[in-house]
Parts: sequence; structure tokens; C-alpha cells
Amino acid sequence: MTSQVSSPAGQADEANEALVGGQRAPRSGHAGAGEKEIRRLDRVIIRFAGDSGDGMQLTGDRFTSETASFGNDLSTLPNFPAEIRAPAGTLPGVSSFQLHFADHDILTPGDAPNVLVAMNPAALKANIGDVPRGAEIIVNTDEFTKRPMAKVGYETSPLEDGSLEAYNVHPVPLTTLTVEALKEFGLSRKEAERSKNMFALGLLSWMYHRPTEGTEAFLRAKFAKKPQIAEANVTAFRAGWNFGETTEDFAVSYEVAPAAQAFPAGTYRNISGNLALSYGLIAASRQADLPLYLGSYPITPASDILHELSKHKNFGVRTFQAEDEIAGIGAALGAAFGGSLAVTTTSGPGVALKSETIGLAVSLELPLIVVDIQRGGPSTGLPTKTEQADLLQAMYGRNGEAPVPVVAPRTPADCFDAALDAARIALTYRTPVFLLSDGYLANGSEPWKIPETDELPDLRVRFATGPNHELADGTEVFWPYKRDPRTLARPWAVPGTPGLEHRIGGIEKQDGSGNISYDPANHDLMVRTRQAKVDGVEVPDLQVDDPSGARTLVLGWGSTYGPITAAVRRLRTAGQPIAQAHLRNLNPFPKNLGEVLGRYDKVIVPEMNLGQLATLIRARYLVDAHSYNQVNGMPFKAEQLATALKEAIDA
Amino acid sequence: MPDANQLLHLVPKAEAKQSMKDFKSDQEVRWCPGCGDYAVLAAVQGFMPELGLAKENIVFVSGIGCSSRFPYYMNTYGMHSIHGRAPAIATGLASSRRDLSVWVVTGDGDALSIGGNHLIHALRRNVNLKILLFNNRIYGLTKGQYSPTSEIGKITKSTPMGSLDAPFNPVSLAIGAEASFVARTIDSDRKHLTSVLRAAADHPGTALVEIYQNCNIFNDGAFEALKDKDRAQDAVIRLEHGQPIRFGADNGKGVVRDPATGDLRVVTVTAENESEILVHDAHSPSPTTAFALSRLADPDTLHQTPIGVLRDVDRPVYDTLMAEQLDTAVEQKGKGDLAALLAGNDNWTVVG
Repeated sequence: MTSQVSSPAGQADEANEALVGGQRAPRSGHAGAGEKEIRRLDRVIIRFAGDSGDGMQLTGDRFTSETASFGNDLSTLPNFPAEIRAPAGTLPGVSSFQLHFADHDILTPGDAPNVLVAMNPAALKANIGDVPRGAEIIVNTDEFTKRPMAKVGYETSPLEDGSLEAYNVHPVPLTTLTVEALKEFGLSRKEAERSKNMFALGLLSWMYHRPTEGTEAFLRAKFAKKPQIAEANVTAFRAGWNFGETTEDFAVSYEVAPAAQAFPAGTYRNISGNLALSYGLIAASRQADLPLYLGSYPITPASDILHELSKHKNFGVRTFQAEDEIAGIGAALGAAFGGSLAVTTTSGPGVALKSETIGLAVSLELPLIVVDIQRGGPSTGLPTKTEQADLLQAMYGRNGEAPVPVVAPRTPADCFDAALDAARIALTYRTPVFLLSDGYLANGSEPWKIPETDELPDLRVRFATGPNHELADGTEVFWPYKRDPRTLARPWAVPGTPGLEHRIGGIEKQDGSGNISYDPANHDLMVRTRQAKVDGVEVPDLQVDDPSGARTLVLGWGSTYGPITAAVRRLRTAGQPIAQAHLRNLNPFPKNLGEVLGRYDKVIVPEMNLGQLATLIRARYLVDAHSYNQVNGMPFKAEQLATALKEAIDA
Repeated sequence: MPDANQLLHLVPKAEAKQSMKDFKSDQEVRWCPGCGDYAVLAAVQGFMPELGLAKENIVFVSGIGCSSRFPYYMNTYGMHSIHGRAPAIATGLASSRRDLSVWVVTGDGDALSIGGNHLIHALRRNVNLKILLFNNRIYGLTKGQYSPTSEIGKITKSTPMGSLDAPFNPVSLAIGAEASFVARTIDSDRKHLTSVLRAAADHPGTALVEIYQNCNIFNDGAFEALKDKDRAQDAVIRLEHGQPIRFGADNGKGVVRDPATGDLRVVTVTAENESEILVHDAHSPSPTTAFALSRLADPDTLHQTPIGVLRDVDRPVYDTLMAEQLDTAVEQKGKGDLAALLAGNDNWTVVG
């Protein structure tokens, strides 16, 4: 075996992979007598796979934390079924966690794993199709008995029938070894077996020279109330490490150096999209000097934002778990009327239920952030899988003309900045704003340069404090719909302000006074004014990355940023010029978008839907945008996208 | 446990003496002439000065329906929202602004049909809201379809052969939904209505006040049995805390507990049974008797309808608990430090 990253350049995830190759020179002196060989790699993709109850997500999270603290660049892709405990040992019950880490800047969780850890036959069968030949597979042989194999259709053992010949298979009796390592603890076999994921983590940590202190501290904290279980897990973790160190089957370990070049100076942490988004909301609350109010109903994959914000009551954050999606946004809107920075979090099905209240917020012209962590649809769809098919719902999914600004983050860490931007728009323009993340961003993670809090944007708002209008007879009055001429925002007069008592509602109101009005001309004016307000939202110009004057532009939005950028790098490395631009603001579009689109002969729009942005672009700019679509619940793979882009360029 | 004064104390008092006029907005009232809503509006506007709260700290939130136009006519802050959602919106407002006195105005369709879920959950949570449920047993704004409180067999435009579904008894429903305060009153009885409003305002937590309200266009006379002087004596049971539950001509009827079934029944009061007449206890921790009282009413004829405060108990208030959790979090962890939060415990530094 030559290298962990033995895939040919064409399969590599990153362009520079093709240039520098996978393997670096081995460090001298490490293959000497009695010592195992250490090889240096520039990047590795590992996939942990097991039963939903095997703790694969935790294992992946821990490996990620170790890797982040070591200083590699990384990107992760958790992938799990919607069922909490699907039938054990079945294909639908397989849960996996893929982690890509490197000594350089990377953009995606990787197309294909270099290492697959398969905790049972189902995990092997469900994942083997993604594993390139020559890759390493670590299997828990204890599970490869007749019944578990039969359950997934293995008539003979794949470990013995030669079907895995093309791979570098490490058969390890993970369960037996774990139980053996824990025999001093007096645990039942079942209890002891549960630590086998920590044994596997220990083994992988040895293979890739990961630091271990963090995981040991984590286990002791997690099981602080059950010290015996904590120590059992630590023991299993160490046993896995020692197993790698001593057994002959694992002759080589690997080093992936910190990605020093990839990161500007600063302090970093690993962060998932939902965590970054939660922090962005808390930061926005501080920057606006308004209390944060979240009205929400649990829904995958958005619930973690509710969980996270619920932990931070000492920031003055109020979280309200409502009786349903409608009450979640209703309470948020009520809090907005009272002067809070109001948020509701949900996924596509929840947005459908909230639509009427979003329309009310459009009519009331109150600030409100609607967070949609998109998942596979329609209907219940694929709750734990990713998709970006709610764009048109966010744009148009309401009765009447009800324009709502739309902001979409591009990477997990970018969810922080996108949340601040959504708050800026909501507060400045007194409007509901959609923040469109998705399952891939929500659960995926990457290193994040922790911002300096004094460099965060100033989001302070001025509540109305006195009358803003003089009647013909000279009386000073407060008009709730008299607008700021620059932003077209109406005044935000919160209850408790003397003299500004006013009534607002969903019925059409008279321009200025806000009184109920059924006047046809006034309705026409109000509809156009609400549209003009959203059209006039200030958003930065679209930046185009086009180093060599390409004829083709690839335009994306949201979480496709990583795969598109990786694909673009590949094409450029192969000598194919291509321009790239990525939209953060989808409503309104950046002012220069039409001009940018006009510069290119061809515009390609890859989306995890059937062409929703392409539809908007075509309608707005009369551009013959080409769609490249995938709706399989998974993010694009860079290689596949690069091929598709090449075909589109050549077509 | 916060008492009434403690919670009302959070709402600023009016600086000057108020009158009913202070609470009338400049908007023309657009209910049908003769509608019962006028009487309720007048009673509320007349009662507000008695509360003496700064009117800028009072908010009326409504849903959709005839009664939901109410906020436009009050010179306070107000929101006319969407169908059925007022309790949810008011929950967000009340739980984020404890310095406000928040009132919900809703109807039988708004509260019990499209908004049934929000109503029961507001009651269960015991948010500091005063919910005025105008029950006219009909859909008015959509012109006369039967409502979830219409008597079974109701002939309307949507039920030409009679409605098929059994009605809700809003008071029973509220008690079943863990309401801490439930009362019933009648639009035309200004004095009684005002006394119930007073009790509701004093109650910490959610107060549900069902107001029988006449729709003179689509369901005229629905509550005539309770309003007509002669018939009302036998139809209305006026509940007063601490008083024996008696009604009818010369208080000749009374409510007793049937020792065999535990249920309540109406008897003719005699010297022998007078000591067995139930004494109304609105503050009883158990909702059982209040519920049984609510079942005395005949859903068709409304005979033996109890009015007044059926239940009024102290229970932890959601917004108070929420505020206390925020205070506790600050006590335990200190005021939130954004830089520390963002930095986390697991970070690394790249030197430039």
C-alpha cells in the first residue's frame, strides 16, 4: 500500500491534491526496528458507520473535536436515519459520520472515504458502494455472524468470500476486545459492549495521531454522574489506542499536519451550522441591544437551535416551545410587537404552517427572523437529509403580494454572519426575513475564526418616542405607517410608550395613519410600497471570482458553495477557465446581478432542487440559465459536479 | 406564589385620573346596530379607569371575527391579528413584557374552532392574559354559519338540515384545559360583566371570561332565556364565592351533591335539605365541582346556566416562571459574556 490518499487525481476532492499528490515523504527514522512506520498525508476522509444505536455521531463528533484542536482544516457530513432507533442491524438503521481533514484549505466533507469503519454488516453493505478500491476498511468481525449477515442479504461472509479483495480490510473483533478490556469493571456484557465505539475511536485516534486529552475530559464530563461508566469509556478508548499501537495488523500510522497555511492568524474553533446560527442570533440581540425571543416548535433539523438558545437564558434569551408551528411564530410576532428581536426556527413543513403569520408580519411591518433549516420535501419528505427546495416557498409561499427578504448562508460557519445579516435587514426595514439554511449546513461543521465582538455590526434601532405627524389643524399625532423616506420602514412604537397608542392589523390600512382602509387606490399604493421597501433593501454587490476571463459562470446559493468551489478549483487546475459567483441575498438580488449575468455566454446554476434559483434568474433577467440539479438528500460531490460543469461548458 | 397585586404591580399606573372617554379611540365603531358587542365595549371602556393602569401599558390583541374588531375601538395599543392566533401572539407579548396588561378578545369560532389549540395551551400554561370570549353561538362575519357552540340541529346556511356536531361548553372546556380562572357573564348585564372583568383583572395568570353576546342579525335571542326577567329566574344560577348556590323564584332552588353519584343536581330547597345546599368555592384546588357546575346548563335551552366566577385559583404563572429562570441563569452563570460564548472551551490559535 502506498498511501491512504491513493485515489487518482481525478477522484480527488481538491484541486491542489492533483498537484501535490497524496503522500508526503515519510519522516525519517520512523520505520526503524521495533517502531511502526509513520507516513504523512495531506488529507484523509474517514467514515464511521454503524447502527443508529452504536454512537456513530458521537464518535464522529469526538474525532472532529480532536482534529479541530489539532489544527487541521476539516469538513463533516453526519448522515443518519429519521428513526431514533431503526430496527437493529438493518440497512435503513445505518447511521454514519464522514469527516474530511487536511493540512490545507478544504471545502467539502469529501466525495469518497479513504477509511470506512463498519460496525456491522449493514454498515458495510450500506457504505461499500461509496468506498474506492484500495481504501481501508475496519470491520467489527464480532457482528459478522449468520443472522446479522442474513438480515442484510449476505449469504456468505464478505470478509471471507473474496468480495472485499480490492480493499485493505482490517478485521477487528471490536466487541470482544472492548468487553475484554472492561472485564474489571463488573459491567454486564451489554453495558460493556456499548463502549465499542470508544474502542474504535481510540484505534482511529492512534492511526491518525489525534490528541486524546479532549476526549477523555469529554467522557469524564459527560458521565460525571456515573464515574464507573466514564472510566469504562476512557478505558475502552485507551484500549483501542493501544490495540493500534501493538497489533501487527496496523503496521502504519499517519500524520496530517495542521493546516497552518489555510488559516489567517486568529483564534479558531470547530462549529456546526446550527450552533453558528444560534450564536449569530445571540450576537445580533446584543448588537441590537434588544432581548432575543425565540418561538419555536421542535422539528428536524432545526431543533438544535431551540436547544442551544435555551441554554443561554443568562443572555436574556427567552425561548418558548409552543404548542405548534403557528403558535411558535405567533408568539415571536407578539414579542416583536413588544420590542424584542424575535425569531422563529423551523424546517419546510413548519414554514408551510407559518405562512399566514408571515403574511401578517409583512402587513404589520414588524421585524421577525424566520429560520428555515431546509430538508428533503415535499411533505414530511426526508427529515434528516438536506435539500434547498424551499427557495420558492420562501419567496412566494403566501397569499397576496407578500415580499420577504431572503438570506442564505454558504457554509456552517457562515451561518453566524448570515444570522446577523438577517437581523440587520429585519430591524432596519421592519420586515420578516427568511434565513434559509439546510440540513447539510446545520449538522456539518468546520473551523471558524472566532470574531472579535467589537467588530460586529451595530444593529441598534430607535423606537418611536413621540408624534411624527401634524394634522391640518396643527394637532401632533402618531402615524404608525408614516415611513422613513430612505428605507420606507415604518416607525416601531412599542407598547409602554405614552402617547403613541395605536392599533395595527392584517386588514389593509391607510398609508400613513394606519387606519383600516378599503380604498382601491390606497391598496394599490400599499402593495407597491411594501414591494418597493423590500426591493430597496441594501445588499452588497455580488462578487465574481474569475481569474482568467472565463466565458461560463457558475452561480450558486446556500450550502452548495463548498462543492461548487471545489469543482471550480478542479476545472481550473485542469486548465478550464470558469467564473464563480455565490448569492447570499436572494431577495432582493444584488443590484449588479443582471450586469454580472450579462457578462457571460453561459450561466450554470447547480442546485439541490429542480431549478428554483434558475427559475428566478430566468424570469427576472431573461437569461438562459442552465440548471444542474440533484435531489437525493445529499450534498453534491465535487468530482461529479466538476464533470457536470465541464459537460455544460463543452455542450 | 405571586398574588394579584404583585403581578399588576409590574404594570405602571396612570398618572392622572382616567375616564371612560380616555379609552375610546377615534375610530368609528362598525358593528351592526343592536349588536351585543357594543355593550361589552362600553363595559370594558367603563371598567378600565377603575384599573387605573397607564393606558400605554395596556394591549388588546384579537383574532378574526366580529368581536375581533374590538382593539380598533380601544385607545390603547392593539393588534388585530389572524384567525384563531390571538392567544399565541399575546403569549409572546405577555411573556416578553411583564409590564403590560394584555387582553385577548376572541369569539366562539375564533377561540374554539380555528384557534382551539392555542386557547387550551394558553390556559394550560397560565400566561398572564385576560381572554374575553364573546360567545354568540354563530358565525357572524362570514354571515351565519353554525359555530362550535351552536346547539345541535342548528339550521344555518351551511347546515340546511341541521348541524350534526355537539357543541362545546366553553367553561367546561377551559376547566378541562387546566384554566386557573374561568368565568361566565352576559353582555346585557353591565354590572355583572364589570364585576367579572374586575375579578379577571385581579387574577394572576390566564383568565377566561365567556361573555354570552347576542348577534341580532344571525342568531337573535340566543340568550333570551337568560335575559328575560321572568324566565331568567329559573334559568340563571348566579355564583358567588362563599354563598350557597341557590336560584329561582325566591331562591327556591338549590344545588346539592348527590351522595350516590357524587354529581350535582338541582333540588327545591326545603327546611330539611337547606343545610345540604352547596356553598360555592371558586378557590377550591380541585376543579371537580366547578366542572360539575358547568355541566348543569342544558346546551339547548340554557336552563340552569351558572354565571359568575366558576374557578379562581392561584397557580404558577408562565411569564413569571420564565422571568425567574432568566434571573436564576444570571445568578448561576453571571450575565452573558458574548466573547466567552463565541470562544467556547475548545479552541486553538493560529499565529500569523
